[in-house]
Amino acid sequence: MTTQRTHIMVCGGTGCVSAESLQIVELFKEKLSGVGYADEVAVIKTGCFGFCGQGPIVKIHPDNVFYVKVTLDDVEEIVNEHIIKGRTVGRLLYKEPETQKPLPKHDEMSFYKKQYRIALRNCGLINPEDINEYIAFGGYEALGKAVTEYTPERVIDIVKASGLRGRGGGGFPTGLKWELTRKPVADQKYVICNADEGDPGAFMDRSILEGDPHSVLEAMAIAGYAIGASEGIIYIRAEYPLAIKRLETAIGQAKEYGLLGKQIFGSSFNFDISIKLGAGAFVCGEETALIHSVEGNRGEPTKKPPYPSIEGYNGKPTNVNNVETFANVPPILIKGAEWFSSIGTEKSKGTKVFALAGKVNNVGLVEVPMGTTLREIIYDIGGGIIGGRAFKAVQTGGPSGGVITVADLDTPIDYESLKSIGSMMGSGGMIVMDEDDCMVNIAKFYLEFTQDESCGKCTPCRLGTKRMYEILDRITQGEGTMADIDKLRTLGKSIKDSALCGLGQTAPNPVLSTLEYFYDEYLAHIKEKRCPAGSCKALAKYKVIEEKCIGCTACARVCPVNCISGAPKQKHVIDEAACIACGACFTACKFQAILRP
Amino acid sequence: MKMINIKINDMPLQVMEGTTILEASKQVGLKIPTLCHMNLKDFGIVNQSASCRVCMVEVEGRPALAPSCSELCTEGMVIRTDNLRAISARRTAVELLLSNHPFDCLLCPKNLECDLQALAQDLGIRDIRYAGEKMNYQKDTSSYALVKDPNKCVMCRRCETMCNTVQTCGILSAVNRGFDVFVGPAFNLDMVDTSCTFCGQCVAVCPTAALTEVNNTDAVWEALNNPKKHVVVQVAPAVRVAIGELFNMDAGTITTGKLVSSLRSLHFDAIFDTDFGADLTIMEEASELIHRIQNGGTLPMLTSCCPAWVKFFEHQFPDMLDIPSTCKSPQIMMGAVIKTYYAEKMNLKPEDIVVVSVMPCLAKKAEAARPELTKDNNNNVDLVLTTRELGLMLKEAGINFAGLPDSDFDHLLGESTGASVIFGTTGGVIEAAVRTAYDWITGETLEKVDFQQLRGLEGIRSATVKVGDLNLRIGIAHGLGNARKLLEDIKAGISQFDAIEIMACPGGCIGGGGQPYHHGDMEIIKKRQAAIYAEDRGKVLRKSHDNPYIKQLYEEFLGTPNSHKAHDLLHTHYIPKEKI
Amino acid sequence: MPVKSLDELRKIREDQIKKVKLRETGESDDQTIEILVGMATCGIAAGSREVLNELITQISTKGIEHIKVVQVGCMGYCHSEPTVQVNMPGHEPTIYGNVDRNFVGEILDKHIQNGEILDDHVLIKTYHSAL
Repeated sequence: MTTQRTHIMVCGGTGCVSAESLQIVELFKEKLSGVGYADEVAVIKTGCFGFCGQGPIVKIHPDNVFYVKVTLDDVEEIVNEHIIKGRTVGRLLYKEPETQKPLPKHDEMSFYKKQYRIALRNCGLINPEDINEYIAFGGYEALGKAVTEYTPERVIDIVKASGLRGRGGGGFPTGLKWELTRKPVADQKYVICNADEGDPGAFMDRSILEGDPHSVLEAMAIAGYAIGASEGIIYIRAEYPLAIKRLETAIGQAKEYGLLGKQIFGSSFNFDISIKLGAGAFVCGEETALIHSVEGNRGEPTKKPPYPSIEGYNGKPTNVNNVETFANVPPILIKGAEWFSSIGTEKSKGTKVFALAGKVNNVGLVEVPMGTTLREIIYDIGGGIIGGRAFKAVQTGGPSGGVITVADLDTPIDYESLKSIGSMMGSGGMIVMDEDDCMVNIAKFYLEFTQDESCGKCTPCRLGTKRMYEILDRITQGEGTMADIDKLRTLGKSIKDSALCGLGQTAPNPVLSTLEYFYDEYLAHIKEKRCPAGSCKALAKYKVIEEKCIGCTACARVCPVNCISGAPKQKHVIDEAACIACGACFTACKFQAILRP
Repeated sequence: MKMINIKINDMPLQVMEGTTILEASKQVGLKIPTLCHMNLKDFGIVNQSASCRVCMVEVEGRPALAPSCSELCTEGMVIRTDNLRAISARRTAVELLLSNHPFDCLLCPKNLECDLQALAQDLGIRDIRYAGEKMNYQKDTSSYALVKDPNKCVMCRRCETMCNTVQTCGILSAVNRGFDVFVGPAFNLDMVDTSCTFCGQCVAVCPTAALTEVNNTDAVWEALNNPKKHVVVQVAPAVRVAIGELFNMDAGTITTGKLVSSLRSLHFDAIFDTDFGADLTIMEEASELIHRIQNGGTLPMLTSCCPAWVKFFEHQFPDMLDIPSTCKSPQIMMGAVIKTYYAEKMNLKPEDIVVVSVMPCLAKKAEAARPELTKDNNNNVDLVLTTRELGLMLKEAGINFAGLPDSDFDHLLGESTGASVIFGTTGGVIEAAVRTAYDWITGETLEKVDFQQLRGLEGIRSATVKVGDLNLRIGIAHGLGNARKLLEDIKAGISQFDAIEIMACPGGCIGGGGQPYHHGDMEIIKKRQAAIYAEDRGKVLRKSHDNPYIKQLYEEFLGTPNSHKAHDLLHTHYIPKEKI
Repeated sequence: MPVKSLDELRKIREDQIKKVKLRETGESDDQTIEILVGMATCGIAAGSREVLNELITQISTKGIEHIKVVQVGCMGYCHSEPTVQVNMPGHEPTIYGNVDRNFVGEILDKHIQNGEILDDHVLIKTYHSAL
């Protein structure tokens, strides 16, 4: 028979792969063969469903049952119970955290309810290694239309009217960028896809490339048609081997079908795509550094102007767009600019993919319409803070962004609104922090990253961020002074003013932002030599381990500053503000009930 | 060119399109500090990495500041260079650089000549607010010619521009990233293990002491104070038109007489002129060229007096070593003649003679140490001082250079013709060769000795000189990048020349790596060049073969050009080297 | 193989969508027609697997849109297996009993396409879902 009656979709994104999802695919196939169901039931490796905290994900169609945290041991039961007997395996269903109610359908889950998947539309729906499935769900229709029915100018007009803005962090209007690259007259132009995705914790682009590579290829070809380029280059970080492999497969298939190459759709438009691997440098996500790296030179940014749209790769007009930006293009051409611009806010149209991570219950990839509030993302979609702890801050924009506190949680997500509260959209990383996270340490972590990744070309970034890091390090070691805070602010502002590229210009943001919103924590580190969140090891204080304490008062008796309180036979408590970390209590306690930092 | 309107510090100004903010600011008398910026337009040498961030200014409407050295003016631009934000940004950049720089200015070879030191003074920096870890790399003292100290590097990338773009050697580049970045060879090899030609142009443009020359003054002092040694000094033509700059004299002042007097004050046992060696070189080289032309020898013939150029083609074109002239350079020929002809006349043993050359050049230091430039295991030239080092010695000895009377070089190897003087400039060597070749080929006496068509400062020049029935096709290049182009034509078999003169440094030796620092002012080079031709015009004898002492040398000692003795002392061979 | 026109692309799409349509319709909204096939032990023993496969095949060949076929567990009507429940949007569910392969065509043609309930085979006309 030509049609199967059941499709078992198994997530094949890197996250689930690392939890053996590829072996789950093979085991399903084996078991189904064993019971003679191989013809009727297909097992398909698909892209990222986004619910990464619950992976590996297995979804059964057309039943629309969503299984979570599936292991190799569960495969047999799914085959026997669900496939053969049609009985849903209850224990593998996702359970609503508060009510523990099992939810078989994903659209009942609060994680998915507020999402609107455009860039991720095919992730979880198709087998990314089969071009036919991409075509089945409308793939390459946009390219066909563009090349056979529209002029390049019309394509640009549609993209402009849609309001699509760069999703890599810059937020520059995509249609306008295409127009600017179309204008110059040159014998050769280039379309470059920035797949260097360097923000720590960000994996939006990776998931798109692993789960729906053809959407990026199609969009690049459309961009090529619009600007007059016949060559596309995907610059992808070498740390994404699975995405690279899926891209290579996709390019090969597209070429076979004549959807890349010469005379696409029988027109005079030619377009080829090649892949160039990165070599482990975050700075190569900056477009001029990226271009130099593609040229085979040292990946260092150069001044703008000249902008790549005038003078880019090999001195030719070049259009550089992010993966997610490209993924939005085919639907815009099919469904229309009005449809896209009807989603989102006035200045930020469409949706944005976020990599939600940190102290939330539902970590993973979420795609929401612009204008969704941070509160909705963290609490409705994210399921709130793990363990019921208190929300402290959310960091957006990766190492370039700032922190957002509870006061601004109702800010609708939008390029301008995030900037106005001291952060930025960035590429989509969203890290949620709770009361146990030290904001000074978080700032130091990001600065350590930017310092390590700085190319070293310009003075403010090479030396300025180093000095800022040294100051922060001293503060977290309990050696900071009040003068250090002024230094951080002054130096931070100076670096923002003078650095050559975006890496340097935004490197001080996490520091300046945490200084603004969590000044008290800095004060505690400096004046009291204390880390309120208990995270900076050098400042961690001695603590009584409640469960072990029998109230023998041995510690209280030897404490030279009398900072241990507690009646006999009651749990004792150390006053951290008064503790001088002498360790006498630790020595005195015979029950190992003192935690030594 | 279109004119556009801008405003700087409330002053309205009209500038040509394509002007940078820095250039515009100069027009209204503003001096914005710079460091990495280097624009030697006339020589095609531009370093515009805009990376030091010392020249920042505020442009209205922009969220961040702009680097004035490279930011182009646009219509209606409103610029502020003097508000606290811009001043504070410039100061912070210098403070940060100082926070990562050794503080041994008092002992540093660039003391008072250092661009960073000047900036610290100009910006009135008295305190480093942001102190922290400093770089700690090893100094590279592996070569005879230059010293690389990465701890003093400010990442201006000028040396990289010179080495990669201008000289096309590709030795220097940024290595590592972030705080650990430094400029050096791949794999941080010692300079002596790379294809570095020691042209010293990196040293000439380095703003700090990250790149300096090897200092031989101590060795020379020792030799001078050693009663057992007979110390002979020779001075290159390019030195006499530049050394005055070290003593507050105008660029392009001819100081030959004072120079000789100053060397006398240092008590050298004999003071000779490398120009004599240049005349000697012409005797040998013109003979060689004529021989090749008349006997179907390899053409074109390339000059070989520039040691950086010699090392360049040994590394880069090792399969074409039969093309250059086999002549040694003037300084080496002098050394060879001093330790034989002169030694005999003075009844001295070669090993008791110390030959010191004063050169505008770093490569000459490495050249003197080449093992094949010896006679009976004794170096033709023992020590090489750059113009700068001689200046240091004279100052140390308290000699008032500018107030010295004129005196003459010593006889025997001190007389020279105008043809030898022009060795110091690009086009000079080949012009000198042509003056002699003309007389020898035609048998006539050339009256018009000035060959204007061979002169100038364009990187690659060509001219055809009619020598009797022969049309001598001459090619000239200065800067190794330009030299490479000519060599590639030869390799491809499309070269149109019979003789080619190559000099590694911009302008020729007058722009050498050992000359007084030009700090980016190329007018200085032009003035030096003018002085060279003026000195040539001031000489009675203008052709090398007219030099009576040269004639005497051949009669008494060498025989004829390219005789067996001449060949032994004055010619050399080349060694193919790896390209690293 | 090379696609030389939009029409050729659309042809490929038409061919391919049949294979993967069940995924899309699986997630569709309430306008999808659902056919539930009881696949408990008794159902399978009575031949519900063949019924289900026949349903899939015929839906594909007839090109019926907005319809999905789902196997479910025991509906409880073990005496009348194979059982097939038809959920038309906006209508009460209808359960057919003793369905065999030959009846599949009638369900699709008469009930699904024409809205005609085949009374002879109906087990239950109305009931509250026990699932």
